Amino acid sequence: MSEGVNMQKDSILMVSDVRKYFKIKEGIVKAVDGVSFSVKYGETLALVGESGSGKTTTGHVVMGFYPPDSGGILYKGRHDLSIPIKKRSLELKREIQIVFQDPGTSLNPKHMIKDIVGLPLRIHRLADSSGVYGKVAELLEFVGLGEDFMFKYPHELGGGEKQLVAIARALAPSPSFIILDEPTSALDVSSQAKVLNTLSRIQKEHDISYLLITHDLGVVRNIAHRVMIMYLGKIYEEAPTEEFFREPLHPYTQMLLSSIPTLTRQDEEIKPKGVEAVGEIPSALSPPKGCRFHTRCPFAKPVCSEREPPDVMTDNGHVVRCWLYE
Amino acid sequence: MLLNIQDLYVHYKSYWYINKVLNGVWLRMVEGERVGIIGETGSGKTTLLKSILRILPQNALIPSGVIKFKDIDILRSGEAELSTVRRREIGMIFQDPMAALNPVFKIKDQLYDVVKYKLLAEGHNPTKEELHDHAVRVLNDVKLPDYERVLESFPFQLSGGMRQRVMIAMALISAGKLLLADEPTTNIDVTIQDQILKLIDRLVKQRGLSTILVSHALGMVRQMTDRAYVLYAGDIMEEARTSELFDHPAHPYTSLLISSAPKISTREIGEGIRGKLPDYRFPPIGCRFAPRCPYALDKCHTVKPKRTIINTDHAVACHLYE
Repeated sequence: MSEGVNMQKDSILMVSDVRKYFKIKEGIVKAVDGVSFSVKYGETLALVGESGSGKTTTGHVVMGFYPPDSGGILYKGRHDLSIPIKKRSLELKREIQIVFQDPGTSLNPKHMIKDIVGLPLRIHRLADSSGVYGKVAELLEFVGLGEDFMFKYPHELGGGEKQLVAIARALAPSPSFIILDEPTSALDVSSQAKVLNTLSRIQKEHDISYLLITHDLGVVRNIAHRVMIMYLGKIYEEAPTEEFFREPLHPYTQMLLSSIPTLTRQDEEIKPKGVEAVGEIPSALSPPKGCRFHTRCPFAKPVCSEREPPDVMTDNGHVVRCWLYE
Repeated sequence: MLLNIQDLYVHYKSYWYINKVLNGVWLRMVEGERVGIIGETGSGKTTLLKSILRILPQNALIPSGVIKFKDIDILRSGEAELSTVRRREIGMIFQDPMAALNPVFKIKDQLYDVVKYKLLAEGHNPTKEELHDHAVRVLNDVKLPDYERVLESFPFQLSGGMRQRVMIAMALISAGKLLLADEPTTNIDVTIQDQILKLIDRLVKQRGLSTILVSHALGMVRQMTDRAYVLYAGDIMEEARTSELFDHPAHPYTSLLISSAPKISTREIGEGIRGKLPDYRFPPIGCRFAPRCPYALDKCHTVKPKRTIINTDHAVACHLYE
């Protein structure tokens, strides 16, 4: 009990047993199916999964784009986030911001950067009309772009620069929590590094918490404090980053890591041996019974296809949901 | 020498301007080699591959250059000769299978066509049964079980991984000698990517093909190729054995690129590269990387660097090494 209270005190966001189903013609897509996690103050929590795993839906539920079907989301221990964004107070909306995957489509091509970044300042009345551009210049300076970007249009910028503008916009209303939805997967390697470094610096200086949604474990290694692995709507492993890469436990995690094309010999040594990637992620319309990964798992036992695996806690804060460790 | 590209220039006409994309590219490969081309978005890598097959868009110009495939002078060949090359010598895996496959035709119609023209080029007019057998054989080769369903499907009815396998099957039909792979796994999850790359590698070895793999993913090039070229803004910056390139990159662009890529074994990540790709209408006259290069000399802004050999199998186009 006391642990629960403590967790509430340390956590900026607590998600418990959230479900989100979508009804389509062919049936019900169980996009998020009972997901629980918490994000601590000042922490980056990475939510990792392949396409169709439900990671973006999870982010969007927290953001309030659609409310969860069941389960609770608590922000700073007192605000209920299981309500849609339209019903949230302006103050609550200011606190939680999002950076989308593709800056090419998330910035209005007809607006100058000064107006794109200035809009949240106006909406939240954080600067009067004479002070807006001064603040915009400050924000652009802060993300490393410089104020001469104010009078440019998005098409004049490179991909990395556009994403930095999107980050400046998310930062404008001084939020405490930012959801980063694949922030660098549309970017080239050379611009990705700058964006990642800027995100880390912002977090240190402003003490912001991130929920990082990504499929790229290299990105995770570089900016996340903790990692969660999601597969077909459920979370199967959770661990602090160092621990996670030192000893990945879940067979799915091992398969993910062993599939990464590596850049250096040190990277190669980290890859788990003996787990070859097979199969494809099944449809979320009819997820496999029991452990959802058992159809692709090289170590599957009879029990895996019958019952859901239990949470197994190891030392070092590592949690894995797998019958192998029972 | 299987393929020899020398001093290739490719421009694109737009309404007012000329976009000078490829700027004197060279590439040489012998039979059986697996060559990689590393390039970021907009570096001209797809243009380079498409020039090898002469399937560039209408507004493309090739002011000068030589592309020799075996004894065939690609840039000076007529359509008849080129179509033989396309039908039975060089196959290409296109980047985005959703865009490369025709959405209104079933897989079987698209696959039968490729088989038919390849066999016609070999002087054989196939029957319906032969087409079917041949198509089934290649689908088996790319590990697509359930081929009857695949053949009867439209592209949208297949998963991303399956579509990519169909693309590979098509490319393999016409790849008698050389397989060109243009970002063969974009938008594909890493566990599927791994399977597809291993499949390509195995098929290439089985059939004794040579490959050119083009990608922005450094790790993929490192694992899949023997020798690699680095392309930036239409210029080859560096060329080396792949292991040498990754262990001892010489060009500032290459080393910045490699250091900027996130690794899974360490938290260290480079600063990235400032600025962005030049405007192809008004490209820099010297080294095209000079405006972004932290080590640029005065000369770099005015004189185009020449290919300089710095080691066996290692050449770089950079004034710092001249």
